[in-house]
Amino acid sequence: MKSLAELAELREKMKSSVNMRQDSSDDTRVVVGMATCGIAAGARPVLAAFVDEVAKRKLQGVMVTQTGCIGICKYEPVVEVYVPGQEKVTYVLMTPEKAVKVVQEHLVNGNVVTEYTIGAVQQQEKK
Amino acid sequence: MMPELSLNILDVTQNSVTAGASLIRISISASTAEDRLTIVIADNGCGMTEEQLKNVTDPFFTSRTTRKVGLGIPFFKMAAELTGGSFQIESKVGEGTVTTAVFGLSSIDRMPLGDLPGTMTALIGPSPDIDFLLTMDFDGKGFVMDTRQFREILGGISLAEPEVLTYIRDYVKENMADCRMNF
Repeated sequence: MKSLAELAELREKMKSSVNMRQDSSDDTRVVVGMATCGIAAGARPVLAAFVDEVAKRKLQGVMVTQTGCIGICKYEPVVEVYVPGQEKVTYVLMTPEKAVKVVQEHLVNGNVVTEYTIGAVQQQEKK
Repeated sequence: MMPELSLNILDVTQNSVTAGASLIRISISASTAEDRLTIVIADNGCGMTEEQLKNVTDPFFTSRTTRKVGLGIPFFKMAAELTGGSFQIESKVGEGTVTTAVFGLSSIDRMPLGDLPGTMTALIGPSPDIDFLLTMDFDGKGFVMDTRQFREILGGISLAEPEVLTYIRDYVKENMADCRMNF
């Protein structure tokens, strides 16, 4: 069973690395659409996959957060990635598997996963 | 449609977040003897006017501006009433809102609770400055998860840190397993 002592241990472990970055404006933000439409389409496991993968890789300065309905419900689950100094990337029709790939390719290696972006998906629909 | 009650909880509790609450209390209690499952979501957010409260279960009433429908509350209400249960919202401007859904525990139409630990981390992670109090009880055996307690232990470390969220998820999951909450 998880004890509160375990949380205290975790705090000691994290203290040094977390304190080094005071300025959260440099953080990369992963924003998951979590309104009724997003939740019904499967946003919760997508958000969980981002949190798990970021924790597993111990990535520093990455925050996984949520937003409401952005008006493109048919493309839910929608995820927006904000890397400081770069243009926002909108990923659509996300799954936990795709989330893991976005962490690996986009957040770690710096390469946008173009095939999951809204632009690419809309192009595909026109064909 | 939401296939799990914990998805309804996630959706409806987002309303408390939007209402600017600083403390959100979620209580889930089940009783085999009474054949009841009761879910209460209570916040200290901005509350609703009488006009809003009157319309809140109408799917074509919403406060959001991106589209004209709001299905969160109607879904939750329907899920409860389908099981022979009941649904109620009380609210006062400036004080907060209390949403209560009662389900027939053994009803064939009652959806399973589902991934409640996932719902809690999906709520806490994006809103690490809001406090959440989860109280669970099943036939007299239960536990409490209080982010105020976590916050005190963590010092300045944010609840949104992915490693902290993983801890919180496992904390809820293991306590639920310990109390045999498999409904």
